[in-house]
Amino acid sequence: MRHRATATCVATLLTATALGGCGAADDGAVRLTYWAWAPGMEEVVELWNEANPDVQVTVKKQASGDELVTKTVTAAQAGTAPDLVQAEYQALPTLASNNVTADISAEVAGVEDAFTPAVWQQVTLGTDAVYALPQDSGPLLFFYRADLFEEFGLSVPETWDEFAETARALREIDPDRRLTTFSANDAGLFAGLAQQAGAQWWTTETDRWRVAIDDEAGRRVSAFWEELVAEELVDNQPMYTPAWNQALNEGRQIAWISGVWAPGTLATAAPDTEGTWEAAPLPQWEPGANVTGSWGGSTTAVTTDSEHRAEAAEFAVWLNTDPEALTALVQTCGIYPAATAAQTGEALAAPPPFLANQPEFYETVAEVAEGAAPAAWGPNVTVAYSAFNNAFGAAAGRRAGFEEALAEMQQTTFDDMDRLGFEVVQ
Amino acid sequence: MSAPGRAPGAEAPARRRGGASARATSARLAPYGFLAPTAALFALFFALPIGYALYLSVRKVQIVGLGLGPDGREEVWAGLANYRRALTDSELLAGALRVLGYGAIVVPVMLGLALFFALLLDDERVRGRRFGRLTIFLPYAVPGVIAALLWGFLYLPSVSPLTDALEAVGLPAPDLLDGAPLFGALANIAIWGGTGFNMIVIYTALRAIPAEVHEAARLDGCTPLQTALRIKIPMVLPSLVLTFFFSIIATLQVFNEPTTLRPLTNSLSTTWSPLMKVYEDAFTGGDIHAAAATAVVIALVTLVLSFGFLRLATARDRREENAR
Repeated sequence: MRHRATATCVATLLTATALGGCGAADDGAVRLTYWAWAPGMEEVVELWNEANPDVQVTVKKQASGDELVTKTVTAAQAGTAPDLVQAEYQALPTLASNNVTADISAEVAGVEDAFTPAVWQQVTLGTDAVYALPQDSGPLLFFYRADLFEEFGLSVPETWDEFAETARALREIDPDRRLTTFSANDAGLFAGLAQQAGAQWWTTETDRWRVAIDDEAGRRVSAFWEELVAEELVDNQPMYTPAWNQALNEGRQIAWISGVWAPGTLATAAPDTEGTWEAAPLPQWEPGANVTGSWGGSTTAVTTDSEHRAEAAEFAVWLNTDPEALTALVQTCGIYPAATAAQTGEALAAPPPFLANQPEFYETVAEVAEGAAPAAWGPNVTVAYSAFNNAFGAAAGRRAGFEEALAEMQQTTFDDMDRLGFEVVQ
Repeated sequence: MSAPGRAPGAEAPARRRGGASARATSARLAPYGFLAPTAALFALFFALPIGYALYLSVRKVQIVGLGLGPDGREEVWAGLANYRRALTDSELLAGALRVLGYGAIVVPVMLGLALFFALLLDDERVRGRRFGRLTIFLPYAVPGVIAALLWGFLYLPSVSPLTDALEAVGLPAPDLLDGAPLFGALANIAIWGGTGFNMIVIYTALRAIPAEVHEAARLDGCTPLQTALRIKIPMVLPSLVLTFFFSIIATLQVFNEPTTLRPLTNSLSTTWSPLMKVYEDAFTGGDIHAAAATAVVIALVTLVLSFGFLRLATARDRREENAR
């Protein structure tokens, strides 16, 4: 008897799971699932659901960043991908290459003008297709401890030469402090710095890819940092560790090159320093120029699995271009919108709470964002990033060999594509 | 598992009566009924995944042109290409060597400590044995990832109380997350977590030694040390073999500790251990076929090493028995 009861229970559970998995609706409304990680996304989607009873969107928090990419690709292989997914720009070629993201160029015609060409190019991958809609962007800025800069009589570096001088001056004033660290555990920052120097890591030429990680721009950036690390003008330990948090919180590292989203991270990593940081444009290679790279930023993609592509695309357009949605995204999710109209909007009038001391924060960001260099991503960004972790991790530990590390990163990335059968040159 | 035997009581009357064939059939089928759940679970969760991994390992993804869109990739037969790549992969070999170095620290130290503690707790004169047993076993109950996180904090020079303590007495604090000390740091986590489990296995075997053996030893004038070396250790040899066997497998499969510590240091690569290499291939490179081949290679090596060792141990046993 007990066995039968158990069997019935299991059967019921299995049926319940199976039923829960499908999107059948009693009221005839189209139901879409949206995998996203932006905090508070449910509230923004609620606005849409109230206005569109026929198309109901459910947000599910599965994972974030690269993890979500892996999860989505796996789900797509099993035929259970969501209708919509939040994906970072650099993940789009991977998703498109696995045939996970649908080409929605027909559904989103005319939306292109809402974004800058540099951003738009990242969702088309240089083709005629549109693989996602841009949501937020992460232009790089120079975040620094304004109070300590003043105390030590340092000025905000406008060029990379001045950056090196500032690092040297700080070490002479106080040997226990460093300007920042060269971290090998997130290639996103290095990618952004290389973009600023003019790198185009992956490009498409009609029917083949070109990998150019180890090019003039990359070598320039890596040689610059190698010198700083070798002379111990900057630290060589990774970011996002308890030790890094402590160094920021105690002012033993007094600057951080980061995306526009940095205040949120700093608030967690260095809570005691609230109100002492300011953001300035990234130091430049050419004096007086206004070029920056990007670190992070994400898109909304419609999957090929979706049975309601048109509705999903319509929702994605609303989410990323509608003024009401964008205001909610900025205020609830704390993102910096990719849509140009929203970058000067009312929602961005006040600075993030952590940087309340810099009222003109978003004005600075808007100026910097104008000079965001176009990024060029390929289908194996994760492999390149992992190669960066390994090669530059070892080099940073030795405080030498950055040039070889860059060459290794290029070779690993190229070999991986070549092995899988991509038409690729370097 | 023993062969499905029929209960003699059920068999005899059936044969006597002869005509009750329905009953005989059901008696004949009963064992299979009992076997079915195990067989089904074994097939579903063991044989099938292994079979699928083998299948995946001889296939590969072929990209066409730019590899974008619906026609960008197809799965094709790869033969042994994935295996060739796995076996000639210098990074996999380097990972295996690193794990060997790590195992050379973990296995002897952990088993030595486990044996030492078990012998200590088996001694009637030691006080607080119940408490000791629990505290030594407790780390085993801490999940590996949590343990690695805890130790990670203790290892990071700038937040470690260890560093503070050493500096307070004027000694230089080593960077435990770099170079050779890194192996010790990783091994320490495994030893901390694994000693308790192995101790319990050996301790249980010690408790199973009959009291008269101890008594005889005592009457023959054995000191406690001699009892331990000449009586207890030889008698728990089978459990030592077992724990060694488990430890070898755990060492070859090391993944949690280096993966958790990796973000804290420049010295741990994403392919530090063979299993990390499999993870990297599958989830960073998105190449499940290469990952499957590497996984099969690792499984075979584990099988050969561990069963090779078992065979060696049992062969020795048999030789000794014959000698007697």
